[in-house]
Amino acid sequence: MKVTIDGQTIEVEPGTTILQAARMIGGESVPPTMCYYSKLKGSGGKCRACLVEVSKGSDANPTPMPKLMASCVTGVMDGMEVNSIKSDRVTEARKSVTEFLLINHPLDCPVCDQAGECDLQNLSFKHGKSQTRYIEEKRTFEPEDIGPNIQLHMNRCILCYRCVMVADQLTDNRVHGVMDRGDHSNISTCISKAIDNEFSGNMIDVCPVGALTDKTFRFKSRVWFNKPFNAHRECTTPGCCGKTTVWMFGNEIQRVTGRKDEFHEVEEFICNECRFDHKDTKDWVIEGPRKFEKDSVINQNNYTRKLDTVVIETEKGILKGRDQDRKKISMPAVPLKKEEEQAFKEGNI
Amino acid sequence: MERLHIKQEINITEALMERINELLSHYPADKKKSALLPVLHDVQDAHDNWLSIELMDKVAEILEIKPIEVYEVVSFYTMFNQRPIGKYMFEFCQTSPCCLSGVENLMDYTCDKLGVKVGEPTADGMFEVRGVECLGACGYAPMMQLGDFFQENLTKEKIDQLIADCRDNKVTLHDK
Amino acid sequence: MSKKILLEKASIPGIKTYEVYRQNGGYASVEKALKTMTPDEVVEEVKTSGLRGRGGAGFPTGMKWSFIDKKSGKPRHLVCNADESEPGTFKDRFLMEYIPHLLIEGMITSSFALEANLSYIYIRGEYMWIYKILERAIKEAYAAGWLGKNILGTGYNLDLYVHCGGGAYICGEETALIESLEGKRGNPRIKPPFPAVSGLWANPTVVNNVESIAAVPWIVNNTGAEYAKIGIGRSTGTKLISASGHIKNPGVYEIELGLSVDEFMNSDEYLGGMIDDRPLKAFVPGGSSVPVLPANLIYKTANGEDRLMSYESLSDGGFATGSMLGSGGFIVYNDTACIVRNTWNFSRFYHHESCGQCSPCREGTGWLEKVLHRIENGHGREEDIDLLWSIQSKIEGNTICPLGDAAAWPVAAAIRHFREEFEYHVRFPEKIKNRDHFVAEPFEKVRHLVAKQTV
Repeated sequence: MKVTIDGQTIEVEPGTTILQAARMIGGESVPPTMCYYSKLKGSGGKCRACLVEVSKGSDANPTPMPKLMASCVTGVMDGMEVNSIKSDRVTEARKSVTEFLLINHPLDCPVCDQAGECDLQNLSFKHGKSQTRYIEEKRTFEPEDIGPNIQLHMNRCILCYRCVMVADQLTDNRVHGVMDRGDHSNISTCISKAIDNEFSGNMIDVCPVGALTDKTFRFKSRVWFNKPFNAHRECTTPGCCGKTTVWMFGNEIQRVTGRKDEFHEVEEFICNECRFDHKDTKDWVIEGPRKFEKDSVINQNNYTRKLDTVVIETEKGILKGRDQDRKKISMPAVPLKKEEEQAFKEGNI
Repeated sequence: MERLHIKQEINITEALMERINELLSHYPADKKKSALLPVLHDVQDAHDNWLSIELMDKVAEILEIKPIEVYEVVSFYTMFNQRPIGKYMFEFCQTSPCCLSGVENLMDYTCDKLGVKVGEPTADGMFEVRGVECLGACGYAPMMQLGDFFQENLTKEKIDQLIADCRDNKVTLHDK
Repeated sequence: MSKKILLEKASIPGIKTYEVYRQNGGYASVEKALKTMTPDEVVEEVKTSGLRGRGGAGFPTGMKWSFIDKKSGKPRHLVCNADESEPGTFKDRFLMEYIPHLLIEGMITSSFALEANLSYIYIRGEYMWIYKILERAIKEAYAAGWLGKNILGTGYNLDLYVHCGGGAYICGEETALIESLEGKRGNPRIKPPFPAVSGLWANPTVVNNVESIAAVPWIVNNTGAEYAKIGIGRSTGTKLISASGHIKNPGVYEIELGLSVDEFMNSDEYLGGMIDDRPLKAFVPGGSSVPVLPANLIYKTANGEDRLMSYESLSDGGFATGSMLGSGGFIVYNDTACIVRNTWNFSRFYHHESCGQCSPCREGTGWLEKVLHRIENGHGREEDIDLLWSIQSKIEGNTICPLGDAAAWPVAAAIRHFREEFEYHVRFPEKIKNRDHFVAEPFEKVRHLVAKQTV
């Protein structure tokens, strides 16, 4: 199936979503995701950050879709044309979603352990404004202790439901869930029950914000002062891959997490023993420094990420530039020189 | 949010269990969870109109689901109470058509008469006044729900009468 | 008197009971359909009738039925949506309370058309006494052989049960209703897949409003072509309208679609005009979600034609000068009503009823309510009106289910048609302190205070 996103065409398998196709293309056209998580079944559709415009439904039915579509849950059709950052409607909608997610957010990044690797921070960096139009009192929740390993900060939660899905899909007895409804919805165990399942720690990794953080790392360091290394150990927990990222300060392991890809998703889930109980370098085989992830504060000015070459059918068109970009946009009083005119007409090839 | 922890006497009587089994028979055998809402209504009615954690755990056990699945559902729907409430709960509809017919003034009147604020039970636990959203009786406004029934076209006099009837134990709450 | 289809027999004494209902021709459509028609023929009749979903969206019922997946071989279900909770709407309740067997008859005939063998009526929990009425009526129908195995010896089996909700407006959205029927929180599902392919327990499912299903027996008995003759244009048949607010005779009325709004409002057969001598200020024709219209757009459309009670006429002019038939929740306001207060009231409703799943609705509905509450209580700022406009425009169209739109439209319409009232609230906070501020001094008397200054 052929799908075109922001003018870039790619061939994908049937059943691929627009978001997955965009991730294959990569670059600026990849919609942000706050709730979708490819490793969690049933995730996505909720945050609305990944809305895109479908300007052509398919070759068979070219009618555009009237509403913006959540790209993470919309399958591609053959010949579909999609606008992501190319569309003003889409960028406007992303700004709106960012604003909605922030109005009740405490904005306590200076004391939040997630800062530096927070998806909401990244989203607002790109689509947020530095002022607020919200003058009402922010919504707050009573703190709840959910156990010795994981710190719940409900005020920061954006209700992506990922942690609930982790508990449903990785553990056999979910003890926490989403309580109440509307803007009072909250993640809770209801009865201050310790979340102690062997895989519960993955809730921390999937949380896009600082709502679920690692108690063993609490206030230890800002993430950008840590050096991440890939490491592994012989883990005996059934289902655990034992492959992690250890976050070092000097020779000290301050935190252990799953290995996250460029879209901030863990490659494989790890068990609580690996995550919380092995903070000694002797416990680990350190493989080497970890490549930085895309789009995060710790990645600023870093160019070590290996870039995949993407083959795009419209390569020639890209070098030439699009027609609408090859218009002279200013200074009508200063006419173009002849060779400039030529370049505008044909592109700068 | 952690829930208030108040002890509740649990009593799943034979009659109640029979009713639960009847409700369960309405759904395929492997879809017991579907009976959750109807079962919760009946269990709540039989337990002073509220559901403690222990009672919800009991429902989870009967329906063979996880306790958290019951908590999630109970906290989502407005008709389930998670704390003890007044025996006679006056649930006034306060959505637009009822407001046009003066329900707000009637609520003030009722609260003054009972000496309570909205959402607080009276000291003797007999009454509680609550504002709820549209109950589907807009043409018969102002109105309130009391137990399983609607009290419609309310006036101050009707409220006086209702309070008196409740005190005299003349009001039926549930249609069994 | 216009044609009655649904409520024709509702006033017969004892019609609530099976015997009386049967004596008056009840369950004839089941006999006709099961014995003389194929399921697809029933679907065709409903398609021909032009019947449109009476829950609010107005989607053609026959078309919806034809989408159900009959090929996969999975069990199919018909679910009746009796979760009537839209402010201003109380028509289904009337029908179920006074003539419950009509709905059950409709459910049997419709289930047969969809070849469903297990169907449910999902009723809101607050209608507990009607839940019991339906439970009893279903028991009677079982006893009389209209439900159960091998109905009328035709080999068709159907089990029908009534299921009660727990208090959540959102469960009126069909996928949230299905979730709720599965014993879960009423979070709407992401579509696709649509219920016609994967609904209740992942089986093909059709969800229809009470009134739509109750119209099916008449269509089967009298043919779809006869039904299509009633009404006007694409608005065929009759519609239950539940009227409330400042009118003389509030209640539920069955009208032939195409009746003029003027006649409906003012004739003694229907609403009988305003409740007292205070003038008409505004009306909401189809439940709280649809745009409110000011007095000058009620009886006439923007281009001067008579406004009719039909899907097309009520939406004539789009949202700029029109509204929608919606669920038929007809709310009338005289000049004692405050549009700002009413809009705040609606916003509070949607804030309270948002399921909280998707961010624009979860955060936006609360924001709308808070800003409106400030304006109504004299703490509004001049920029708040544009802020409201902006918030509603950011919710609309960006949510999982239509609740976001339903929360946005009333706010947009109120600002569109009554902006001056908002300005008055912002600029004269001392005048709106009392909750009944327009009773003594209606807005017409103070409009000059906010009139645009010409220099």
